[in-house]
Order: sequence, then structure tokens, then C-alpha cells
Amino acid sequence: MKVTFTINGESQSIEVTDGNSPLLWVIRDGLDLKGTKFGCGKAACGACTIHVDGEAIRSCSYPVKVAEGKNITTIEGLSENGILHPVQQAWKELVVPQCGYCQPGFIMATAAMLSEISNPSDEDIDKNIINVCRCATYYRMRKAIHRAAELTSNNS
Amino acid sequence: MKNGKSSHLTLSSLIVIGILILGHLTAGNRELDTDTKKSQSPTESYNKVMAVLTHTRCMNCHPSGDVPRQGEDAHLHYFDVERGPEGQGLTGYTCNTCHQKENNNYSGVPGAPHWGLAPSSMAWEGKSETEIATQILDPERNGGKNLKEIEKHLTEDELVLWAWEPGVNAEGVLREIPPVSKQEFIVAVKEWIAAGAPIPSGQN
Repeated sequence: MKVTFTINGESQSIEVTDGNSPLLWVIRDGLDLKGTKFGCGKAACGACTIHVDGEAIRSCSYPVKVAEGKNITTIEGLSENGILHPVQQAWKELVVPQCGYCQPGFIMATAAMLSEISNPSDEDIDKNIINVCRCATYYRMRKAIHRAAELTSNNS
Repeated sequence: MKNGKSSHLTLSSLIVIGILILGHLTAGNRELDTDTKKSQSPTESYNKVMAVLTHTRCMNCHPSGDVPRQGEDAHLHYFDVERGPEGQGLTGYTCNTCHQKENNNYSGVPGAPHWGLAPSSMAWEGKSETEIATQILDPERNGGKNLKEIEKHLTEDELVLWAWEPGVNAEGVLREIPPVSKQEFIVAVKEWIAAGAPIPSGQN
């Protein structure tokens, strides 16, 4: 079957043999966008988080057929016109990543949260960002999320 | 001549035996038809309905707290998942972050249309069957539904009917289904509602 969607601003039509294939496979292996990571494969860890129509979803558990006609953003498409997204800027400024593997998922989850909660409290962060980081960079991420909120506010 | 008479008798005997067998089978079918068409009492219907509604597949998303439950042991949903303002999770991750409109048998994540928690007014966890039934029938708590709308919800809503097609869990093991078949449940709901949805007295 053919699935057509927009990804990072570009229209793509992909031929897949099984519409239930995880969108993650198509993104990584079909479109060669390797920024989104495979972690658990059970929608538990959040390493594969991307945006579909602006909402954070776990792409390892998202059948590609459901993406038909939708607007997808991956970590590669988060910046605009070469300018890093405020979350990416904050991550860079505070040197958040350690091994880095889970970070694209965290960044995408954080960007989705900030689009709804512009100035999150620590409680908002605890409740909304539930991804898993094996290196336990949670404290730096918390700081970076607050910093990203500041940057977003300054930009607007 | 002797042989011809013998053949005639044998043929007659076979016909008689055939008629007897056919008659017996027909009588058996009549009994079967009568059994399946016999309507059940409102209490029997009610008991079937409640056997389904109190099953884990339904109860897990009708929690008394703000955290859904999951699994056959009804443990609190992993990952600190919460009800959120609309029963659809919190802002940064909603139910649809992981749950789509159908089961995902690759990851074991279940899915059905409008996946989400029942409202707090329809919390069933820890309640008796009588209390649950009273709640279901109370428009103040059931979202303003009348009997016909309750029947439609229970017999047609794809999220309710998901209980009989729950897919596999994260280990690839089929989830349990309710103890009453989907068809029996639908019939029981309709008969219970048609009888005025009486809640039997003297039950728990």
C-alpha cells in the first residue's frame, strides 16, 4: 500500500508492504532520518517520540497507515530556517546530553509540552515529560526545560 | 420371489428407521430453537451485563482515582500516566501518544477509537454491582444518557466492544476477554433495557 504524508515540510509517498509497520521503521529505514531513536519498541521509553499534527506520539507503536495525510515533524525538522528551536538552544546551552541516545525523544516531548504549557512548573514537567534517560540527565533537562520556556517567551 | 419379498421388507424397514431418525432430529432442533430464542429474565440479563462490566477489560479504564489501571492484575498504569482534565491524559502526552484507533500487535499497545478514561463520575473501581448499575442509569453521572443512549453506548461503541478484541499485551500474550460473549452481552443489554433496566434487589 502507498502512504502519503508530509514530513518536516516535505510531501512523501511511501510504498509499504504492511500498513501496520511502525512509523519509526519508515522514518529511519525508508526515509533515512536517523535522528529518531528506537528504544523499547513498546511505547514505554519515549526515545522514538515525534510530532504528528503537532502532538507528541511514540512512533514505535504508531502504524504507518495511520499517518496517511498527516503532518509529521521529527527532530530533524524541529529547527526552522536554520535556527534551532528554543528547546534545542536550551539543551545546547546547558549541555544536557550525556550519551545522547534518548535526547531527541525528550526534546520532541518537551517541544510538544511547551506548545501547550508555555511556562511549566516543576510539577508540570514531572507529569508531562515521562520519557526515560538511562544516563539520568533529568536534572539538567529540568533546567533546560525552564530555560527553553524563557527563550520561547523572549522570542515571542 | 422369496428374495424379492425379503428385499421389499428390508427397504420398508430402512424407510421406517429413516423416518424415525429424521423425526428425532427435527424434534431435537425444535428444542434447540426454543432454548436459544427463549428470552431471559431481567435478572439473568442484568447478571450477564454486570459480569462484563466488572471484568478487568472494562474496569481498568473506570478507576476511582486519576490513574488508569492495566493488565489482568489491574496494576496502576505504568509511566505515571494520569487522567488529565478531559480523561485523555496530560498535555505533553495524551492517551493518543501511545494508543491509536486499533490494537498494535507489534508493540502490544492496545487501541480503539476515542481511547481514554471514563469520567470520574463513572468511576466503578471498588463499587458493588448495584452501585455501578445505579451509576450507569443516573443521567447526572452518565453524561446525560437516557436508556436508549445507554443501550447504544454499551452495544455499539467501539471502545466498549474492544473488550472482545483486546489484542496481545507487551509480551505477545492475548489479553483476557469478558466471561460472556459479545453477542450474548448485546442481547442481554437490550433485554435488560427493554425490561426497564431493573436492578435486582438483594444483590451485591
